[in-house]
Amino acid sequence: MSALDGPQFWIAIVALGLATYLVRLSFLGLVGGSTLPPWALRLLRYVPVAVLPALVAPMVVWPAASGGETDPVRLAAGAAALLVGALARNLLAAVGAGMGTLYAMQAVLA
Amino acid sequence: MTATDAPDSARPRHDAGLRRGFRDGGLAGLPFLVVAIPFGMLFGAVATESGLDLLSTMAMTSIVIAGASQFAFLQLMNDGAPAFAAFGAALAVNLRMAMYSASLAPHLGAAPLRWRLMLAYFNVDQVYAASIARYQDRPAMGLWEKIGFYLGVAAPIFPAWIGGTLAGALVGRGIPPEWSLDFAPAVTFIAVFAPMLRSLAALAACAVSVAAALALSVLPWSLGLPIAGALGMAAGAGAELWLERRAARHAAADAAGDEGSAVDGAGA
Repeated sequence: MSALDGPQFWIAIVALGLATYLVRLSFLGLVGGSTLPPWALRLLRYVPVAVLPALVAPMVVWPAASGGETDPVRLAAGAAALLVGALARNLLAAVGAGMGTLYAMQAVLA
Repeated sequence: MTATDAPDSARPRHDAGLRRGFRDGGLAGLPFLVVAIPFGMLFGAVATESGLDLLSTMAMTSIVIAGASQFAFLQLMNDGAPAFAAFGAALAVNLRMAMYSASLAPHLGAAPLRWRLMLAYFNVDQVYAASIARYQDRPAMGLWEKIGFYLGVAAPIFPAWIGGTLAGALVGRGIPPEWSLDFAPAVTFIAVFAPMLRSLAALAACAVSVAAALALSVLPWSLGLPIAGALGMAAGAGAELWLERRAARHAAADAAGDEGSAVDGAGA
C-alpha cells in the first residue's frame, strides 16, 4: 500500500499521463499540414492492418482468461469474427459472430 | 474558430461537416461500449483491491486513459517494483500509439494546432481503429467531417471508460467472468480490421505482423508489438510496390505489343 499512495505514485502517474499524451500527439503534432512523401504514405496505409492484428494475436492465441493456455473455443471465436468481418464488412455482424461462436461453443462444451 | 476571418459562408459548411461526422462517429463508437464498460469496471475494482483510494484511481484512469498500461502499472507497483520501473513498463505498452498518430497525420494533420492538441488526448485504440477504417472507406470525407467522426467515436467511449472505472471502484467487478467479456476486446478489434483486408498487400501486412507478434511475445513490456507492427507495415508497403511494378511491367509489355496506343500510354 505504501507504494501506492505516496508522492512517488502521483509523480509516476502524472509522468505516465504526460508521456502517453506526447506519444499520442507525436506525429500528429509534428507533421501538421505538411504533405508527407509518397513512401511514408505508402507505409502508413498499412498501420491499421499491421498494428491491430499484432495487438490481437496474443489475446486470441494465449488468452489471459485461461492463464495463457491456448483455448480452442477462443481460437474458433476469433476465426469466426475474422471471417465474417472480411466477408460481410460489417462490424456488428463480426462482433456477433465472434461472441456468438464463443457462447455457443462454451454452452456445447460445458 | 475565433482567430480566423473566414467569410460567413464558410462557417456553416465547416460546422455541418463537423456535426454530420460527429453523429456518424457516435454511432460507430457505440459497439465499443461492450469493451469500455466492463474493462473500466475491472480496472476500478482491481485498483481499489490493490489499495488505491478513489481519488487516485479516478485520477489515473482520466490522466492516462490507456487500459493495458494502467493494468501493467498497477501490477508492477503491487509487485513492489520502483515507480520509475512501473512508469517505463507502462509507457512501453503505449508506444503503438505513435504509429496511430502517424497514421492519423495524413487525415487530421491539416487541422489547426490547438485542435490537434485536443484530438491527441482521444487517440486510443478504439477511436483510432474506428476512425481510420472510416477514412480509408470514404476517401472523399472532408477534414472537418473526419474530425467530427473521430470525436464522435470518442464521445460514448470516454465517459463509459471513466464511468465504468468509478462503478468498479465503488461496487466491485460487477460483471461475472462467465460472460467471457475478457474476449470482447479481441473480437471488436478483429471486427474493425477484418473488413480492411481487401488487398494482397493488406493480407501480407496482417500475416507478417501476426507471425512477428507471436514470435516476439517473449520480449518484455509488450515491446514485440511495435516491432511486429513495423514489420507488418514494411511487408504491406513492399508487397504493394512489388504488385504495382509487376502491373506496370505487364502494361508496358502489352503496350509494346500494340504500337498504335503506346504513344498515348507511355507517359502514364
